[in-house]
Amino acid sequence: MSETYDCRQAFAEELLALARRDARIVAVCNDSVGSSNLGGFREEFPDRLINVGIAEQDMVGVGAGLANGGFIPFVCAAAPFLTGRALEQIKADVAYSQAPVILCGMSPGMAYGELGPTHHSIEDLSWLRAIANLPVVVPADPIQTRAAVRWAAGHTGPAYLRIGRFKVPVTTPAHAPFEPGRAIRLTDGDDAAVIAAGTMVSRALSAAEHLRKEGVHARVIDMPFIDPLDEGAVLEAARTTRGIVTAEEGTVSGGLGAAVASTVVQHCPVRMRILGVPHVFAPTGSPGFLLEHFGLTAEGIVRAVRELLAA
Amino acid sequence: MLKPDPVAIEAWRARRAALLAANAADQEMLLRQSSTELRRTVIRMVERAGMGHLGGDLSVIDILATLFGAVLRLDPNDAHWPERDRFILSKGHSAAALYATLAACGYFAPAQLETFMAPLSALNGHPNRTKVPGVETNTGPLGHGLPVAVGCALAARMQGSARRTFVVLGDGELQEGSNWEAAMAAGHYELANLTAIVDRNRLQQGASTEETNRLDPLSDKWRSFGWEVREVDGHDHVDLLHAFRHLPRRGKPLTVIAHTVKGKGVSFMENRVEWHHKVPTAPQVIAALEELQETGS
Ligand SMILES: Cc1ncc(C[n+]2csc(CCOP(=O)(O)OP(=O)(O)O)c2C)c(N)n1
Repeated sequence: MSETYDCRQAFAEELLALARRDARIVAVCNDSVGSSNLGGFREEFPDRLINVGIAEQDMVGVGAGLANGGFIPFVCAAAPFLTGRALEQIKADVAYSQAPVILCGMSPGMAYGELGPTHHSIEDLSWLRAIANLPVVVPADPIQTRAAVRWAAGHTGPAYLRIGRFKVPVTTPAHAPFEPGRAIRLTDGDDAAVIAAGTMVSRALSAAEHLRKEGVHARVIDMPFIDPLDEGAVLEAARTTRGIVTAEEGTVSGGLGAAVASTVVQHCPVRMRILGVPHVFAPTGSPGFLLEHFGLTAEGIVRAVRELLAA
Repeated sequence: MLKPDPVAIEAWRARRAALLAANAADQEMLLRQSSTELRRTVIRMVERAGMGHLGGDLSVIDILATLFGAVLRLDPNDAHWPERDRFILSKGHSAAALYATLAACGYFAPAQLETFMAPLSALNGHPNRTKVPGVETNTGPLGHGLPVAVGCALAARMQGSARRTFVVLGDGELQEGSNWEAAMAAGHYELANLTAIVDRNRLQQGASTEETNRLDPLSDKWRSFGWEVREVDGHDHVDLLHAFRHLPRRGKPLTVIAHTVKGKGVSFMENRVEWHHKVPTAPQVIAALEELQETGS
């Protein structure tokens, strides 16, 4: 787990590789060629990159229209503006219309730390999880990012891909499946389960390593699909461990933790701790500072597991 | 919430009094001096923070210096004085320019500027109304300022108040449709107490506005929505003063299209798209401050 990667790079490479093989792949963006890493795409396929300017609602509608014409649009923008600004377009034009538009939310969570809560994308998972017919995908590393791009281009409906800016190590084992509704078990353990997504996965692994030294065996589950959720893996964790900790780079109101909790509480209530941003607007600070501030770190996960087992 | 700074307020009051008493040429000189000082301040702020949006800060500074130096009716001691003119920086990424301007008026101590974007600072990368006095509404996502400004102008009219509302928009920002919904409403409600200023530097984040999603003919667009339009040199304080001080015809909101240069004042930043959010190196900071030394006063 030494070398770390920017998933936007993996995203851009995979999208370009796909575009070379499939002329239906187009990119749509909002004055974000640089921040969406679409420079290479523009160079090779200038006619297949549509930059609508600073106009996110238009951008998503245009994506839906392109899909209507048989294209496979990857609509790329900073996650807070893509999801927040164009929420109704995502609901009506994309999900409800079953338009195969791939919404790519770049630099989510606390990636824009110092730029403030308007630029923190912590509500996107809650917002989009509430919309039917829209898979919500949070890749944990470059391998899953590439798999998500390939999967999204090949399936017949829309999807939301959350493409992180934090550098992360590779955590996905070779030959791990990448399918909707399928979690990946990264470590075994029956004392507690840590269910994490995106940037929190490598932190969960570090936490499990630390806990093992204390004799606590935590099962780490990587949940790349927030929707559809792997309910089987959640319920198995609920039945075979003493409790569940979830960790996500987003608000606790309605994201991964809420999805896991609602599954657990309906079928097999167990103790839970939900780690995330606790329903507040964050103070000013760097991305790293804010993750520390909210305990979204390996130590924070260790603490939560200890509390859970002590309760 | 940051606290007003009596020393800075006194200095601002004295400058304002001198300005109002001066002849046109001296007014120009005084405003140019404060603009140069603000430019130097934002360059240091961005260097210290290691991030920021210098290009747009430098293009909007003469507009801010003119408004806060000589036009807006305000009381830095009482940021919430009900009869103050309202000012909204819709292009919120130029927060550094706004913070430097507010500090120069004494809304808070200029020393606070050193905390720009530091952990737990009130001076976030985009203006926040609950932390920074003088900020009327939170901005950062583009396309929010004009609708709020329409509401401010309507409120003034409903209360029979003569206060005015000013809002500064980026030109790239005008690609957001919310602006045109608000422009339509302002025309419909004949909000002559509303002034929208377009920082027309012709560049946005990744390229020029005209290459990205064309805005021209820009004045025709505003006119067709029922606005009076004035085009000025956005770095000429006399032009700006004149455009801001004279109310438009009855029943028309006013658009001031301020032709500006992104990165204005620093030769190697001017009109270069990468300075939208590039951070100068230490030697570049020295060179920039030297250039401003020469052009200032
Ligand atoms: C809704 C929204 N979309 C995208 C962005 C990212 N963004 C920040 S500044 C900027 C370019 C703004 O250009 P312009 O309005 O012309 O401002 P200026 O050139 O004066 O800095 C963009 C795209 C944003 N802040 N808000």
